[in-house]
Amino acid sequence: MQTNFQLMRKLLMVSLGMFAFGYMLVPMYEAFCLWTGSNVLSLSERESKNSMNGRASMPLNTQVDTSRTISVEFDTNVRGPWHFSPMTRSLNVHPGELVTVMFEFENIQNRTMSAQAIPSYAPQQAAAHFNKIECFCFNQYTLAPGEKKLWPVTFYINPKMSKDVKTITLSYTFFEVGASV
Amino acid sequence: MSAVLDTHGHGDHAHDDHGHAPSGWKRWVYATNHKDIGTLYLLFSFTMLMIGGVLALLIRAELFQPGLQLVNPELFNQFTTMHGLIMVFGAIMPAFVGFANWMIPLQIGASDMAFARMNNFSFWLMIPAGLMLAGSFFMPGGAPAAGWTLYAPLTLQMGPSMDAGIFAMHILGASSIMGSINIIVTILNMRAPGMTLMKMPMFAWTWRITAYLLIAVMPVLAGAITMTLTDRHFGTSFFNPAGGGDPVMYQHIFWFFGHPEVYIMILPAFGIVSQIIPAFARKKLFGYSSMVYATASIAILSFIVWAHHMYTTGMPVTGQLFFMYATMLISVPTGVKVFNWVATMWRGSMTFETPMLFAVGFIFVFTMGGFTGLILSMAPIDLQLQDGYYVVAHFHYVLVAGSLFAMFAGAYYWMPKWTGVMYKESRGKLHFWWTLIAFNVTFFPMHFLGLAGMPRRYADYPMQFADFNAIASVGAFFFGFAQVYFFFFIVLPCMLGKGEKAAQQPWEGAEGLEWEVPSPAPHHTYETPPKLNADANKVIG
Amino acid sequence: MKSIPNKLASLLCHAGVWAGAWVATAAQAVNDLPGGPAVNQLNLPEPATKIAAEQNSLHWMMLILCTVIFVAVFSVMFYSIWKHRKSVGHKPANFHESVTVEIVWTIVPFIIVILMALPATKLLVAQKDTTNADLTVKATGYQWKWGYDYIKGEGEGIGFISTLDSGQRAMSDAGKPQGDNYLFKVDNPLVVPVGKKIRVITTANDVIHAFAVPQFGIKQDAIPGFVRDTWFRAEKVGFFYGQCQELCGKEHAYMPIHVKVVSAEDYTKWVDGEKKKLAAKADDPSKVWTQTDLIARGEKVYAANCAACHQANGKGAGPILPLDGSAKVLDADKLVQVQVLLNGQNNGAMPAWKQLSDTEIAAVITFTKNSWSNKTGQIVQPAEVKTARK
Repeated sequence: MQTNFQLMRKLLMVSLGMFAFGYMLVPMYEAFCLWTGSNVLSLSERESKNSMNGRASMPLNTQVDTSRTISVEFDTNVRGPWHFSPMTRSLNVHPGELVTVMFEFENIQNRTMSAQAIPSYAPQQAAAHFNKIECFCFNQYTLAPGEKKLWPVTFYINPKMSKDVKTITLSYTFFEVGASV
Repeated sequence: MSAVLDTHGHGDHAHDDHGHAPSGWKRWVYATNHKDIGTLYLLFSFTMLMIGGVLALLIRAELFQPGLQLVNPELFNQFTTMHGLIMVFGAIMPAFVGFANWMIPLQIGASDMAFARMNNFSFWLMIPAGLMLAGSFFMPGGAPAAGWTLYAPLTLQMGPSMDAGIFAMHILGASSIMGSINIIVTILNMRAPGMTLMKMPMFAWTWRITAYLLIAVMPVLAGAITMTLTDRHFGTSFFNPAGGGDPVMYQHIFWFFGHPEVYIMILPAFGIVSQIIPAFARKKLFGYSSMVYATASIAILSFIVWAHHMYTTGMPVTGQLFFMYATMLISVPTGVKVFNWVATMWRGSMTFETPMLFAVGFIFVFTMGGFTGLILSMAPIDLQLQDGYYVVAHFHYVLVAGSLFAMFAGAYYWMPKWTGVMYKESRGKLHFWWTLIAFNVTFFPMHFLGLAGMPRRYADYPMQFADFNAIASVGAFFFGFAQVYFFFFIVLPCMLGKGEKAAQQPWEGAEGLEWEVPSPAPHHTYETPPKLNADANKVIG
Repeated sequence: MKSIPNKLASLLCHAGVWAGAWVATAAQAVNDLPGGPAVNQLNLPEPATKIAAEQNSLHWMMLILCTVIFVAVFSVMFYSIWKHRKSVGHKPANFHESVTVEIVWTIVPFIIVILMALPATKLLVAQKDTTNADLTVKATGYQWKWGYDYIKGEGEGIGFISTLDSGQRAMSDAGKPQGDNYLFKVDNPLVVPVGKKIRVITTANDVIHAFAVPQFGIKQDAIPGFVRDTWFRAEKVGFFYGQCQELCGKEHAYMPIHVKVVSAEDYTKWVDGEKKKLAAKADDPSKVWTQTDLIARGEKVYAANCAACHQANGKGAGPILPLDGSAKVLDADKLVQVQVLLNGQNNGAMPAWKQLSDTEIAAVITFTKNSWSNKTGQIVQPAEVKTARK
């Protein structure tokens, strides 16, 4: 009987331990992703000094590398009845150069809606050194019926970007918040 | 009490510990005997093989000609999905567990499995799971139709049968994990004295390694399908980009399970063949330790190759290169195994009874599948062949001509031990040639279809693909009939006791402790650990 | 017991005859499709790009190497089966291990595998290099059609949807396929100039699809919410075909890819034509339409979006309700049908179509209300649809 109780206590401790482990996984994963850089979308943003809220801050002493030109294309995908398009289709930028691009968004429905933009990069590894200082994709927005907005994306490409990346496509998909799949 | 259904010949037990042994339905529902549970698994998996086979024939009937003749595309997708799920989780995996249950205790000189009651639970869990899977066709919206791989976000669009399917797979996973624990503990703790690990039969070795793989990856599958479930119903966005999720992550998680899973389905087959070839060549297995190490290498390598199923998802080139190299590497230990089998045959003294026919057939046809796998592993070529019929041909070659042939070989080899009756050799040979030819007629043309660009999971196809599809369909029906023949003319007569009485060791060159007990094997064997000879394959004293 | 094998044998004979007859009558004349599959094609398709040609070479190399190794190994095995049989009196030898042999047949395959990997690596790196493209197009996978947008380069701003020809879809349902381009014909093919490096960005609107053109040697998954890219440089003009290569739902087999490669001059002419069409198509939702124009427009919308399920004759099939004679279509309250189209019905069994423009929804509703046996005389203006979107 004694050993049965001991066994039960051990098993209970193991169960509680595993449960606690499950909870700890959340901060553990964050730390792990930070350490390995798996969380590429915000890697260089965290790397920057003076970063505010995980966003990149104004670059200090970043030399503009005029020897390299990277073509950045802007693409939009709409997942619902609204208009969303970039004001510029593409730009040639130098790494280190600060650039701002505007995107137009219009809620053409007769109702208020909330939406969130999700960015995606092609090639994928471009994401690691594409630093967005300001982007409408950082927040959710609510628009009244018929409301039209012009939003900026301010970014610079870290000169650490791999030399064989010559074209980057930055694509945004706007999803409605609260809509089903 | 053996596996023979006709039970009035049970007077020759040495001793009957429990004169109050259950009979009738209780014997089976409360079974804790490894032989009974093995029989249950084998019969269950054969039933699932037939159900999965009917689904395959429905698919092939529709694909016999271009144009939709029999079903609409939604139902067709349900057929392809359920055919895959039922065959993988209902036929192949439980069948190997059935073999393990029957043979491992006998081969290591143990009286039963380590956890006899958990063994019972492992089996009976499969029944509700199997019913849920097969019954999902009758749920609103029909069965899941996202392919057996259940990729997100398509699974998020499926009806309630998807949830039933997820539940069923959780149960099957739990059953497999418990079975694997049982097998590992049995092998590690219950070998007869003198049987060191490196003297164990190859079937026990391959199952031990398979069991580790199962324990490692079934929880990963459970994770992937649970995330699918919460995405579907509980507002999570693991695979939904709108919430910051990533559909490709599902594929990573699934294939991290999926790749070891296919090795789980082949390693026990390697074990069976490694026992049959030496028996019928009358020569010891060539390179025993090498075979053990090769199996272990295959198992370890299987963990680092999963993304070769994902070459077209857009991963960076370094990723593609890594997975390509690792996958190509697996062909080396696999090749070593093939060479060792051929070396076992070399200068042996072979006879070609049905088990040997299936074992040699296995080597021949499985190697073809292995080569198409090597071709698929080359990422640039895979770009042309991914998601097409070449892949379908490849995996049917390794799973059907691989695992299933090895199972037939094992069934013919051990049936005399299970039932006490010899099957008719001429019928076995007929079954073999019929199966081999029908199999190749069905699946060889699929290589051409894949090279020509025919995609998989297509209910209808461009007309240029018509002839090869027609040939494949005809072959499929012949293949199906062959297995019906197998059941009615080989299995059933043996189970009913109709046939020549089997000797204790019907195969001249066979070695192993299973041949040291009578045929049929008594209900309880090796109740006391046997004394073994130096090679641990004969009982002395 | 003797009669059962006999019965089985006769059953098999009958089945064989029946199957043979079926095959004979089923064999319909079909020819190779240039730019698509050939009849009973045995190998990879005729390459139209250098990459595809390299893939073919790599495949031949692998096929030959694997066949040689296979024949070698199995010659040994079959020789052994022939000579080392008990029935010819061969006695078993005694050997069962050799470290040397094990090492040799581990190292040699290892080296062969490395040699195989070298050309594969080179080709793979080339396939992934999407830099310096002359033209960038985006292919978006929808359930169940492709959308093409010209993102950068000559033709920027052009965008359209490419759907399988509804006649061919109907042929499939009827079980009476015909045509060399069966299941490949689309209304709007992707047009690209020959000899230029085309970068294709893929994404999807709903579930994972895959964009593939075998003659070009490309295949790329189209993943919702993400962009991926691949590239090709077509070496010759012509039509080239592919099909969706990732299970995406019930019409997975019915969303082909048709690429029309034209000369540079023809491409410029096409771009000009498209730009003019675009300007004309800009749909003002406050425009008031005549019933005839609206019905004509609606017929096009119906063919591209509705006919796949509701059939060209409006009769539906199985669980899909007919529109011809439908109470909701004939309802005096026009809003009833508008709501069905905007929000779907039966939990998504009828999907929502709110992504269509007000004009398209108004047109297709007007079409259904005045076609087949429906003669409501009703007309729905785009402005009414706009109001209904609450």
